[in-house]
Amino acid sequence: MKSYLSGVTLSAVLAVTAGLAGPAAAEPVKVGMIVTLSGPPAALGKQSRDGFQLALDKLGGKLGGQETQFIVEDDELKPDVAIAKANSLVEREQVDFVVGTIFSNMLQAIFKPVVTSETFLISPNAGPSTFAGKACNPFFFSTSYQNNQNFELLGKYAEEQGFKNVFMMAPNYQAGKDSITGFKANYSGGIADEIYTPLGHNDFSAEIAKMSAANPDALFTFMPGGMGVRFVKQFRAAGLGDKMAFLSAFTVDETTLPAQQDDAIGFFGAGNWAPNLDTPGNAEFVAAFEAKYGYVPGTYAMQAYDTAMLLDSAIAKVDGDLSDKDAVRDAIRVADFTSLRGDFKFNKNHYPIQDFYLLKVAKRADGKFQTEIEQKVFDDQGDSFASECGMTW
Amino acid sequence: MSEAALSGAADRSVAATETILHGYLVSASIFLTLAAVPFMGFLGPEGFILPLVTRMMILALAAIALDLILGHGGLVSFGHAAFVGLGAYAAAIMVTEGVTEVWAILAVVLLVTAMFALVTGYVCLRTSGVYFIMITLAFGQMVFFAASSLSAYGGDDGLTLWDNASLFGTGWLADDRGLFYVTLAVLVACFLLVQSIVASRFGRVLRAARENERRTASLGVDVFRVRLAAYLISGMLAGVAGILLTCQAEFVSPAAMAWQRSGELIFMVVLGGMATRNGALIGAIAFVALEHILSDLTHDWKLIFGPLLIVIVVYSRGGLAALLRRITGGAVRV
Amino acid sequence: MSATLVLVQILNGLQLGILLFLIAAGLTLVFGVMGFINLAHGVQYMVGAYFAVAFYGLTGNFLAAMLLALASALALGLALEFLVFRHLYDRDHLDQVLATFGVILFLNQATTVIWGPAPLIIPQPEFLSGSIPLVGGLLYPVYRLTIIAAGLAVAALLWFIVTRTRLGMLVRAGASNPDMVSALGVDVRRLFMIVFGFGAMLAGFAGVLAAPIFSVEPGMGDNMLIVAFVVIIVGGIGSIRGSFIAALLIGLVDTLGRSMMTDILKLFMEPSAANQIGPAIASMLIYVLMAAILFFRPTGLFSVGRAA
Repeated sequence: MKSYLSGVTLSAVLAVTAGLAGPAAAEPVKVGMIVTLSGPPAALGKQSRDGFQLALDKLGGKLGGQETQFIVEDDELKPDVAIAKANSLVEREQVDFVVGTIFSNMLQAIFKPVVTSETFLISPNAGPSTFAGKACNPFFFSTSYQNNQNFELLGKYAEEQGFKNVFMMAPNYQAGKDSITGFKANYSGGIADEIYTPLGHNDFSAEIAKMSAANPDALFTFMPGGMGVRFVKQFRAAGLGDKMAFLSAFTVDETTLPAQQDDAIGFFGAGNWAPNLDTPGNAEFVAAFEAKYGYVPGTYAMQAYDTAMLLDSAIAKVDGDLSDKDAVRDAIRVADFTSLRGDFKFNKNHYPIQDFYLLKVAKRADGKFQTEIEQKVFDDQGDSFASECGMTW
Repeated sequence: MSEAALSGAADRSVAATETILHGYLVSASIFLTLAAVPFMGFLGPEGFILPLVTRMMILALAAIALDLILGHGGLVSFGHAAFVGLGAYAAAIMVTEGVTEVWAILAVVLLVTAMFALVTGYVCLRTSGVYFIMITLAFGQMVFFAASSLSAYGGDDGLTLWDNASLFGTGWLADDRGLFYVTLAVLVACFLLVQSIVASRFGRVLRAARENERRTASLGVDVFRVRLAAYLISGMLAGVAGILLTCQAEFVSPAAMAWQRSGELIFMVVLGGMATRNGALIGAIAFVALEHILSDLTHDWKLIFGPLLIVIVVYSRGGLAALLRRITGGAVRV
Repeated sequence: MSATLVLVQILNGLQLGILLFLIAAGLTLVFGVMGFINLAHGVQYMVGAYFAVAFYGLTGNFLAAMLLALASALALGLALEFLVFRHLYDRDHLDQVLATFGVILFLNQATTVIWGPAPLIIPQPEFLSGSIPLVGGLLYPVYRLTIIAAGLAVAALLWFIVTRTRLGMLVRAGASNPDMVSALGVDVRRLFMIVFGFGAMLAGFAGVLAAPIFSVEPGMGDNMLIVAFVVIIVGGIGSIRGSFIAALLIGLVDTLGRSMMTDILKLFMEPSAANQIGPAIASMLIYVLMAAILFFRPTGLFSVGRAA
């Protein structure tokens, strides 16, 4: 604690000296955000952008008391575009922090150029296992979750419910395969079937016919974005909505509910937060968000908001001196901010330790749809890859 | 068959020595400008501009490779990104497995792309016209889905390289400037190679077959074999572009061989001007530059880019090359 | 896998095939008659769906929304013909590809700007909702059966127009020998416009039918376009009959492949390996089929005789 204090004093002195030396100290903090703002998944990126902007507005356009410039880039969900944008932020704009991305494959693409330039990369959503274990990095933080945790939660719930026969379906790509592995980590019952659909799948009739024939206790699925919209509609239209429990992750959330509407009511989701979570400041956040942007915030917006608040706390701790990377890192690690999700601290791999909930889709009194907390499943949970991470602090 | 018959049958682009010099002057000035990019500080910080221009040159290389069969051969391959992707993946997998020497990677990539070209070429070249477009698309899609299911090497998420390839054990390829000049050198070499192929008897036969397949065949040429050879060379050069792409991005993903990317390569060639000396080169540079400049301007840049493409096509028969020639009143022949 | 399940999958395959046919019919005519490659055809499918959403929001009635959407899709098709495509008929195929790609970029982005990026829906019409039991107690949605019926009706109508009317005769003649038709004094421009507008409307119709079961989102036409191209190539360019058969074939192969490939592979390999490569092979299946057909019949199943 003492060395920490002297660090603060020293940097304060330096800051004052620099301030006396000239206008250089007026240099604003620069935060670059790379999220997906093109195509159907743009709804997710929009949530992140708006969540971060809301926090920034609340803080008077300043992070840690410093004037802040917030630059938003669209990765178009193309790896080479993401790399070019990351390069532009890091090398041309010389940003202090890169906040991104929504999707794991985009994070995979920008990871190396950002961290090798010793710029802090903070993921407001993507949480692949790759960077949670052996490849954890001193310049990378996640304010979201490790992807598998939501799936593990659903597996645990299925186990607790005593389900004997679960039908599993996911898109055929890495996160899809991770979802099934994650679910099975805590679930020991029978498996009715395990199917993988192409990414961007349109017509689920073949799969739904199989589900209907298998007649399982529950369906576990991971169908993000438009796939989730199509699947939920077709699942409900086929009359299966009341025949089996619908356990899902990233399939029914605030980005898809405006399209799914009544078809999704009663379906289960998983997450670290919901708009009705009873934590300090959460109700105000949701109200302010809806007032400003006119739609219900989802976990993407919350995590981006938290990211801004985290940066605010860290920048304040170093008094705006971002040149000492080690000091900045230490300040981020402390995570001295009030997260909208309640408990929040960083694990040694820089992923959060937090609570996880089973969520249920409901229609609000004002006719809008949102996920609501059904029950807490994990308390102060870290991910299962942290032990492979070699960082110590 | 006589040489005269051949050129008489086809060669529209045969030109006076003067024009050839003209064309090479344009190429030389493009390459010299590219070589000077690292010294043009006003373009932006080096760490930003060099990777961008390197990527531009890599795509130009792929476009030049494609133009050999598309422009000169009249064979529209809608699956050329598969060759780029095969090169990129072979390089990435070898580096991940610890083989970093680029010459070893090059040997493997040439072998892999040559084999893929022979097998698919044998099937594809039985068809022509739009059927050829679609069957090359089919093979491209097969490679795309195969790469997506390679979960040991990242599957759909792609693969980040923690090492880069090395040239004679040096770190040039990992260095922005080193890779920039290596890419430029490869681009110039491949450009000259394609030029010499195009100017050779083989190139004239290829063009003759484009204009009139039956007549060319009646002159005793095995059109199928000539086309297969061109397809093979084009595929292997695209594979080389793939290696460079991996070195530049230090990352590969199936997106590199999606059909959209094959389409973009075609657009670059058409935009620049098919079967012209510098068309593919100019087209690729213009395409990437436009994309970049417009997307810097606004997130909705496609609202501008789309109509711009239409206008260019409608008002410039023969792409930018023809447009340049017309604007300058024939002073610049590209 | 039980017999009833196979039956359901066959119905699903037919339904996908019908949607593909509606898109491919316009594509193959425009290509066959005018020799025009229209990449923007998939966008017309998307726009049809968006129009349905917009007009449903205004009227609250599915049928009214459908009629308005069809009229709008026709109007947009004609507008595009007038503004862009008309200038490209005598151009190289690649010029057409590049320009129509520009149209795709523009319209995809324009729908994002107008309607937002998030997926949208319209509910299934009340009188077509619900499911009916098939043999073996399996439920099948009425709306999907309606799609199949509507598609078959359109196919019959097309067959009638093409084989029994003067217009159809011109279209057939145009597909096999356009120069001759023009030489005989037929107003080819007008013929082109009619064919074009009709094709755009059919694609829009497919979009309207798809809107209640698929999500309506920017870019939804792009993948359909590629598969529709596979259909017209397999069927033979310019042949409505070929497109119809090929569309059903592709729909069936794709659907059955997706639902059964992994199970088939499990018969003779490790389940984990089957799960790994089954879906990849299933995705490739239609392309393998196309490559195989072109290998044996280089101009498709029902070639009309015009070498493309």
